This record gives sequence, C-alpha cells and structure tokens, in this order.
Amino acid sequence: MKQLMQGNTAAARGLYEAGCCVASSYPGTPSTEITEEAAKFDEIYCEWAPNEKVAMETAFGASLAGKRSFCGMKHVGLNVAADPLFTVSYTGVNAGMVICVADDAGMHSSQNEQDSRHYARASKIPMLEPSDSQEALNFFKRAYELSEKFDTPVIVKMCTRVAHSQSLVEINERVEAPEHHYEKNIAKYVMMPGNAIKRHPIVEERTLKLKALAEEIDINKIDEGSDDSIGIITSSTSYQYVKEACGDLYPVLKLGMIWPLPDEKIKSFAKTVKRLIVVEELDDFIENYCKSLGLEVDGKNLFSLEGELSQNIFAEKLGLKKNSCSKLNEVIPPRPPVMCAGCPHRGMFFTLSKNKCTVLGDIGCYTLGAVAPLSAMEMTLCMGASVSATHGFNKALELAAPEKGRGTAQAVEGLKPVAVIGDSTFMHSGMTGLANIAYNQSKSVVIILDNSITGMTGHQQNPTTGYNIKGDPAGKINLENLCRAMGFNRVRVVDPYNLKECEEALREELEAGESSVIISRRPCALLKYVKHKPPLKVNTEKCVGCKSCMKIGCPALAMKNNKAHVDNTLCVGCGVCEQLCKFRAFESTAQEGK
Amino acid sequence: MTTKNIMIVGVGGQGSVLASKLLGHLLTSQSFDVKVSEVHGMSQRGGSVVTYVRYGDKVFSPVIDKGEADFIVSFEILEAARWLEYLKADGQIVTSTQQIDPMPVITGKMSYPENLLEKIKALNIKVDALDCVKLAEEAGNVKAVNLVLLGRLSHYFNDIPEEAWKEAINFCVPKKFLDVNLKAFELGKNA
Repeated sequence: MKQLMQGNTAAARGLYEAGCCVASSYPGTPSTEITEEAAKFDEIYCEWAPNEKVAMETAFGASLAGKRSFCGMKHVGLNVAADPLFTVSYTGVNAGMVICVADDAGMHSSQNEQDSRHYARASKIPMLEPSDSQEALNFFKRAYELSEKFDTPVIVKMCTRVAHSQSLVEINERVEAPEHHYEKNIAKYVMMPGNAIKRHPIVEERTLKLKALAEEIDINKIDEGSDDSIGIITSSTSYQYVKEACGDLYPVLKLGMIWPLPDEKIKSFAKTVKRLIVVEELDDFIENYCKSLGLEVDGKNLFSLEGELSQNIFAEKLGLKKNSCSKLNEVIPPRPPVMCAGCPHRGMFFTLSKNKCTVLGDIGCYTLGAVAPLSAMEMTLCMGASVSATHGFNKALELAAPEKGRGTAQAVEGLKPVAVIGDSTFMHSGMTGLANIAYNQSKSVVIILDNSITGMTGHQQNPTTGYNIKGDPAGKINLENLCRAMGFNRVRVVDPYNLKECEEALREELEAGESSVIISRRPCALLKYVKHKPPLKVNTEKCVGCKSCMKIGCPALAMKNNKAHVDNTLCVGCGVCEQLCKFRAFESTAQEGK
Repeated sequence: MTTKNIMIVGVGGQGSVLASKLLGHLLTSQSFDVKVSEVHGMSQRGGSVVTYVRYGDKVFSPVIDKGEADFIVSFEILEAARWLEYLKADGQIVTSTQQIDPMPVITGKMSYPENLLEKIKALNIKVDALDCVKLAEEAGNVKAVNLVLLGRLSHYFNDIPEEAWKEAINFCVPKKFLDVNLKAFELGKNA
C-alpha cells in the first residue's frame, strides 16, 4: 500500500533505497527533515556538520573514499557551500554524490528568496527538480545513477511545498551501491591550476552529454492536452498548480531535469502549440533559456518574480476561473511569530532594549528580538554577520573620531554596538568573525545566546550540545575555553532569566575598553528535558495595571480589565515579568498543586 | 469525486500538526489520493499557522486557495476570521471558541475584534463553535483540543465509518495518551 509521506521523508527514503552511506548536513528550513529522517536508517551514517561548507566537503570526502554520499541545505546554505560546489564540479566524484538544496519561495522561514537554480548553471552541475513526494524519492535515486554515470555531483532542488507537503509514495527495498574503491588520482582530485585547466574541458563535454540525456530522459515529459492554443512549460510545484487549474486542457512540458535543459525538446514542443507560457516560481530561469533559443514565450510578464504561485494565480492569469469568497469587514490583527513564553532570549533582549544598545543580530529564533515591543535588533543579514559586522561598525566609528584613538564606539558617537548570535550560528560562522575581532582588535562586545540547541529549525544538535544527531553523547565544544583561546580576556557567563545579572554584565563589558564575550546561557524552554516552574498568577489586588511587565512581549501575558493576566497554559514560570513588577503582584501557583 | 479541501488553522504550538497527521492517515486508509501541506520554521513560534488537507481521486496542488475550502477547522476564533476568504461559499467552519491575543493586541497597538463569530454568521456562513478547551480538560488533558475538534469534524463525514477514525487515532497518538484522546474525540463528537 502507498504511504502518505512528507517530501523530505521521501527524499530520505530515496537516499536509503539508493544505498547512500554517508550524509552530512546543516539544518535549515525547509531542508532539515531529510537528514533527520535519513538518521533513522542504521545503514546511513548521518551527522550535523557545523555549516554547509563543511557538510559538502564531508560528503565529497566520503564519495572520494567510495561511498555514496549526501549533503542537504536550504537555499542560503548553498551560498556558504558554493566554494566546494564550483570545484567539485571539476573533480567529479568517485561514488555518487548528491546535494539537496531547498528553496523557500514566499520566505516562510528565510531571510531572502533566492532562486538556487542559477547555481546549477553557474557551477555546471546537473539539477533535478521533483514536484511531489514520489518524485522526490525517485529523483534522489536517479541522481545517484547520473552522478556515477557522468562523474559529477548532482543537485536535487526542493522547495517548501515539495519538502513539507505529504503525498502518497510507494517504497522499495534498499539496493547496496556498486563498489567504488578509492584510487589515487592527483590529476583529477588536486585542483591546482595545471590540473584544473585540464578538468575544465571535461566539465564542458560532460554538460553536452547531459544535454543529450535531457532530450531523452523520461523525467522531462509531455502531458498531452486537448487545446493547443496554449502550451505550458513548467517544473516543481508549479506543475501541480498548472494541473490543478487546467487538468488536461493544455499540453504541458514538465521538466524534471532543469539543468542542463533540452533545446530540441523545448523547440519541438513549442512548434505544437500556438502560444508558449513558462510557469515557474521566482526567477525567469526557464523563460530566459527559451528566449535564448529564439522562442517567443510569456512568463514573468504574467507571473511575479516574488513569492509563491498557486492554482488561483495561474487560473486567473489565463482567465480560467475566479473563485468567489467571503470577507469580513473587520480589521484582523496580524499574528506574527513571537519568542515563546519562557524563551531564555527574552531577558537578554529586554536588557539590550533597556540599555539602548545598537544590536547587530543574526539568524535564529532570536531574530524575533527585532519584533515589538522589544524592538531590540537593528540588523540581520546572514549566518555569522552579527560578529563581523559589529567589528566593522566599531572600526568605522573609530575612524569618525581618530583623535580618540581606539576608543570604544560608545565614547565616539554615544552608540553601544553589540553583536548577538546563537550558539549554533556561532559555530556555523560566528567563530571566524570572532577571530577577526581578536586579530584586528576592535573593542567589540559579542553576546552568544547559548540555548544548547539549534532552535528555529526544530532542535537539532550542534557542536556545543554534547549530543549527536541520534541523541547519543558526542564531543562538546566549550565556548568559554574557545573564546579565551582566541585571546579574549573578558569572557563571562550570565543567566538570562536573571535581569540584574544581565544588566550588570552588559554595562561592565560595554565600559571595559576591550573586546569581550558574554555567554547568555540557558537551554531552550521547549526542550523536553527542561523542567519548568509552575505558572505564575497575578494578585489583582496588588496589580496597579502599570504595564511594566508588558514591556517584555511575553505571549503568556495580557491585560484583562486593566490588570495583568497570566495565561496558565503558556506560562512556564521563568519569572522575568516578576522582576519588573514593583508591586510584587506576581505570585507562584506552586502551592495550588499544579 | 472532485477534490475536497480541509484547512486547519490556529496558533503555532496548538497541535495542528497531529490533527493533520491524523486526517492524512484517515483519508489514506479510505483509499483517497491525499496531500497534506504545512509550513515549518519561524511561523511555528506562536504565529498564525495553517495546514492544508486535500483528498479525492487525484490531487495535484498541495495547497488550498481562496474560495476552495470545504471546511475550516480552527483552534482559535481570530484565526478562523483571518482565513475566512479561503472558505467556499457553502463551506463549513468548525471552531474552538478559544481566544488568544496576538502580540499587537498584547502590546495594546490593536484590539481583538469583538463578536467575531456573530459577524461571520451574519455572512450566512455555517459555523459550528464549541469550547474545545473545556472539553479537552474534561477529557483529562488541555492539549487534546485537536481531538475535540476532529471529533466534531467527524460529524460531517457520514461516509467514513467511526472505526476508521478510531483506527487513525490509535495509529497517530502515543499509547499513554490514547484514552484521553479517544475521550476528547467522543466529547467533541457528541458536543
């Protein structure tokens, strides 16, 4: 019987069935579950790497040693891994190597909306693009065959709606991959100029061979239609929207392999229809390619370069239908994501906000520190940028007042720049920025929010956790020792539930006149092993309705009849609100036996 | 049959993931083609969340678009109102009467609209509202709100036998919570 399976789970099943042996990834929505699910198979060694570059190089090493390997990441992760990507295209592989990149059109959980298909073209690596779970499973298996046959890594591109949708899947048994013993081959694997120059023509030749394959391969298929006034070229989840809206009305060329593209197949399809429309999310990747073939096509003149498509968007642009819908004449307050009740980041962000610090932030749950009422983050760019940008910020401020020499930025402009970065993001790419501070000597304050886990993506282990992907004990990097070894004399640890302690540390370090690291340490409140205190309640006789407690933006707190009110289903008794109440209105419910 | 659409809406962390898992299992067991789609990551942190469940002979799109939902199953009133445009003209809302203030209301920038359910009903929309939190507490665990809602939803599926629902609950719920969840389902069903 077919099983209902998430795209990422199906992808992991594909890895398993294909005989994949080594998987190294860095978590990132919407790619995370592939490696988590793969870790449930004992036949696949899985790990969380500190970042995507390390993951890709690990996968390459495993391929070199003769085992089918995998690395998975979100779209922005491929930027981090772009360095090995472009050159592993030249070396090729030994055993099959598959890279998964998952795009996030609509930015459900991302800082940009980049279209990773450009990487396939730029790095000259073939890319497959499944449109549902069954295809995800099949395409991962196909990717290994292509990888070994054409001596190339293969990228499988997912997107949020394929990765996080469940559809029916038929599974098969695992087949162990053919043997690929390691053989020394300096000309192939040592990419110094003399060797790389000889590899480049091999890459170009390979692309031509893959192009010929693209003409024939069954995953580039045509769905016949009854009306040839329009022909659609599409791929990925866009294919599902097209089929949903027009069924078998118009012929559709569905591209399962989107790099390299099949010139002849596209041109001959174009001849069979009167008007050609390319339906694709984000950039005009296929559309521009069609235009380069001299074809007249519609595409981004109809559909946006931004966000996701849907069946309605497609149908409306083609005049197929328009659904009627009910609407309330009412202002519905938005419900943006918020830091959870009991989130250990809250206390530190409240302190930063109170002290009017200029917080250069980073990627993770704590990016929510930018949201009102805390509004305590002024920059978020990419993984690790908080640390390096704070260094640059301080250097620039020093330049603005050279007579003060290497004074703190605070002394120069009245600004208090602080870098804020999570533990996992710090291990990913904050360390190198910290090395720059240690080396080039800016008087920067860096706060590492250490909740011992990768929070936003759903609790993945990292090098500071002490456990590996399977939850077994593993190496544990000691952040204090690491910072001290880099040359920081001032390294201190605070408990973010203790506002007084946070404030003292922040003030002292800002005034210290040398670079320093504050580690704000407490595990994520959502971790299963974390034991919480009973919820608090408000003594309405003591509460004067001053709203001091409301400044922390806790979702468990609300004002009811001009008094603070604690939602006891959400409150975990962290006590941060209690520390802000001058009237001692918060009381424990401990005696009530809850 | 044409594709049927169920939207599950609520606040991140309320338990919509289990509800969609259960519906997915149930509908697959009835030999339908099924697609379930949800979004993970940042929106799960207390934000507005939506899950799409679609089933029929052949389902293409993983998402439900405006004006397409046969059912909106809602954990929270404001969320039912937010996603109202997605309901079909003759669609049905099944909602918990729970109200959770979003951050703009908590900070006092905006207010929680009053009498939302009455305003929705005034649009001639079928609304089945029940106090799921109370019923879940009665069943023995406040977290069983999702099963109360599903119990209520099961009313509208005459062609799916009760045994299939129970089997799906059995499959999706950890053993130690099974009794509480079955009870929550019954309470919702008979509410």
